[in-house]
Amino acid sequence: MNENRRQILTRAGETGVLAAAFAAGLLRPGELLAADWNKDAFGSKSAADALKSLGASSAADSKDIVIDAPQIAENGAVVPIEIMSNVPNTRSIAVLIDKNPFPLAAKFDFLEGAVPFVKVNVKMGESSNVRVVAEAGGKHYAATKEVKVTIGGCGG
Amino acid sequence: MADPMKIRATLKGDTADVRVLMGHPMETGQRKGPDGKLVPKHFIQEVTVRLNGKTVMEGQISQAVSRNPVFSFRVKGAKAGDKIEVSWLDNKGGTNKTETAIA
Repeated sequence: MNENRRQILTRAGETGVLAAAFAAGLLRPGELLAADWNKDAFGSKSAADALKSLGASSAADSKDIVIDAPQIAENGAVVPIEIMSNVPNTRSIAVLIDKNPFPLAAKFDFLEGAVPFVKVNVKMGESSNVRVVAEAGGKHYAATKEVKVTIGGCGG
Repeated sequence: MADPMKIRATLKGDTADVRVLMGHPMETGQRKGPDGKLVPKHFIQEVTVRLNGKTVMEGQISQAVSRNPVFSFRVKGAKAGDKIEVSWLDNKGGTNKTETAIA
């Protein structure tokens, strides 16, 4: 994580320097605000493309990834998903919802000290497979679980 | 950022269970407002968890995460009184952070 960027953002917000920098064309907002955010993967409209952007196309199925999610979610706007990876040395976990307009929902990188566990609430437009891809030692492992949604969470 | 954040960190053995709530609209850019126009995307993109100032987890999230996101994380090797800090950054440059001592 780029510490400086944060400090710059904080300070600039206070002083209005940021606005001046934008005006002068010195900074392009996209780059400044989310240099780390994987735009390609998050912008992918199919799970296959998203996996490709993550370099995880050839993920092997694994029983060591435990996904705890409801079989039937009444409200697609809030679907609790709990993930635990028992693959040794898991470095990251990505969550994809195959049938969402943009399948990749989240990706968590675990550094030293963090347990490869996360619980997060996601939106689901319709019943879909929830796919979890874990990275460990340069290899990718995947697990899926189907969640049925009775009321979608992405409608107007 | 007026939206509140709430955090709680409890110790179980040598592992801290961190739960955090971030007040945020998490607009997907697909929803229509009362005026019939699409509400622009506005969502948290990055979440960072630090233990005593050291980053232990970095998350990148998309608009598919629910409104007012709630996360749980686990941090190993933590002691009572250690400081847990969680911060986020959204796609409009908004940011917020909160911290707590592990109980």
